[in-house]
Amino acid sequence: MATIKKKTTHNKITTLRKLPTGISGLDEITGGGFPEGRPTLICGGPGCGKTLMSLEFIVRGALEYNEPGVFMAFEEKSEELAMNVASLGFDLPKMQKDKKISIDYVHIERSEIEETGEYNLEGLFIRLGHAIDSIGAKRVVLDTIENLFSGLSNTNVLRAELRRLFQWLKDKGVTAIITGEKGEGTLTRQGLEEYVSDCVILLEHKVVNQIGTRVLRVVKYRGTTHGTNEYPFLIDEDGISVLPVTSLLLNHEVSTERVSTGIPSLDDMVGGLGFYRGSSILVSGTAGTGKTSMAAYFADATCKRNEKCVYFAFEESPQQIIRNMKSINIDLEAHIKKGLLEFYASRPTLYGLEMHLVAIHKMIKKFKPKTVILDPITNLITVGSVSEVKSMLVRLIDFLQAEQITVIFTALTLNNIVNEQTDEGVSSLVDAWILVRDIEHNGERNRGLYLMKSRGMKHSNQVREFVITDRGLDLVDVYLGPNGVLTGSAREEQQLMEEAGSVLHTHALGRKDKEIARKRTVLEAKIASLQEEFESVQDELNKSYVEEDLRKEVMTKNRKQLTDSRHNKDAKPLPRVENNNRKKKK
Amino acid sequence: MAAKIKEESWELRLYVAGNTPRSITALNNLKKYCEEHLKGRYKIEVIDLLVQPQLAAGDQILAVPTLVRKVPEPIRKIIGDLSNEEKVLVGLNIRPVSI
Repeated sequence: MATIKKKTTHNKITTLRKLPTGISGLDEITGGGFPEGRPTLICGGPGCGKTLMSLEFIVRGALEYNEPGVFMAFEEKSEELAMNVASLGFDLPKMQKDKKISIDYVHIERSEIEETGEYNLEGLFIRLGHAIDSIGAKRVVLDTIENLFSGLSNTNVLRAELRRLFQWLKDKGVTAIITGEKGEGTLTRQGLEEYVSDCVILLEHKVVNQIGTRVLRVVKYRGTTHGTNEYPFLIDEDGISVLPVTSLLLNHEVSTERVSTGIPSLDDMVGGLGFYRGSSILVSGTAGTGKTSMAAYFADATCKRNEKCVYFAFEESPQQIIRNMKSINIDLEAHIKKGLLEFYASRPTLYGLEMHLVAIHKMIKKFKPKTVILDPITNLITVGSVSEVKSMLVRLIDFLQAEQITVIFTALTLNNIVNEQTDEGVSSLVDAWILVRDIEHNGERNRGLYLMKSRGMKHSNQVREFVITDRGLDLVDVYLGPNGVLTGSAREEQQLMEEAGSVLHTHALGRKDKEIARKRTVLEAKIASLQEEFESVQDELNKSYVEEDLRKEVMTKNRKQLTDSRHNKDAKPLPRVENNNRKKKK
Repeated sequence: MAAKIKEESWELRLYVAGNTPRSITALNNLKKYCEEHLKGRYKIEVIDLLVQPQLAAGDQILAVPTLVRKVPEPIRKIIGDLSNEEKVLVGLNIRPVSI
């Protein structure tokens, strides 16, 4: 108890310093690593990765943080350990030679040991102290110190010595990991948690529905905040990866950039620009409605923009998808060759949901794609319950949005579902939801595409007919006629009928036009003849007018002459003029 | 059996950590038993781990004091201050001559 009191007062003076473990994800959960200069207990059942985690702590410390470490093994010999982690790329013998790590195998064999009288574990202290001093170690692992209890019978001495050991480690200023086997009702068989009270991490290997998942939980971490949930972790060729499940907040950056779906007519439905970058798009529909084709189009469009895309296939093999997509004029193979497209195909039952999530995370971190496709999420339900799948997808969407990655999910909906919720209930999480539904009419099945929602952009509320041809996908406006919504051949028939009608209509119009033209010619001819008539009458009239004028003129002239002759008595021209006058009088 | 043991020589090694009362007790006890049972056929080597810590790993020493019987084979270890004579003799596989 005295030691604990000392620690708390120490905490008040300076905040707890943490030592990064170098294990991906673990430092995020613990907020920076294990408490520096203090022992940490890692406990769990057999085969849950205690030894590996502690060994990775030592190796990463030596390689990445230049902190040499001592690994004291009570279970496995150093050659065995080296062999076990060789597959992870850790070269222990070389590191030992370089004095970066020191592995000390402590062999305890009860049959070889006889106890008589009093003793203490000073020998262990000296060995450990020697190992620490010889390489200047900052990190120490004791794996699994409980084996002492099986080798030595005097537990009172052991307990007292362990307490002394942990205090001694603290005084040495090394950051230590002590591993312990999980006991009945207690964290460790021998109650080591009594002695190591600063940081306790529990590892478990859970098997649910025949699928095993390793999970990690920080049971206790004095003097600091830490993630409290169970975090799944994965052991693979890169060592341990822990996934911080809910450490993400809803405060990621958003983009206003729009990306095309690869189907121009679908882009048109959302204003001609496509969806926002970094958004999540759900394509749901019944079997055979072209969900995968749509996803492949999106992948194709991404690669054509010279962006990377990862295709997670949970149903079909990559080869199968490539072959099938060739039939609708998409060549995915070319993108793979260029290194823009990567397939990641795995059976959902390969491992648990969380493992899938970890695997997806790893793949995304490695490949750094701009678009991710999950086809289909429905298959994941075979390895988890609906709520589990949903929570997994929430975390995945969070992660992808934080990374500004556009994601397409495809989901299979069953015909008999009345409400249009997808199985996983992810429709509320996604930014855009495209629903492809079968429309049965007239003895054929056609695909109707609905845009159920599309956050933050105006989108068409109309049903489109979704057609898949040799040339690719296209959306066609459905025919909304007096007989309701028409699709497929019914729509085509209606269109043909309309076409025929219009041809007839133009024909009829033509005939009428001709008649009018003819009538006009007739009328115009008539007008011309009337004009002629009018002109001839006018001519006649003009002629008589001229004669009249002439006569008038002559008469005036004659009269003048007559008057002149009377006054001048010049009789000579008179008789002619009289003649003229007579004639006129007649 | 008894004759065979008599012919063998005994190599014993006692690991201690510093000159503590416990290590002195252990050494005294050991000397006493050896004089009684293995007179003239034994060799005791005392190793102080505080002086030579690198030797601890070789014989897999955890506790001190530890008595290691190197010869004859197999290696036997007795930990503690060797205060119980019977246990030490059984541990070292020495049959008391007093019988």
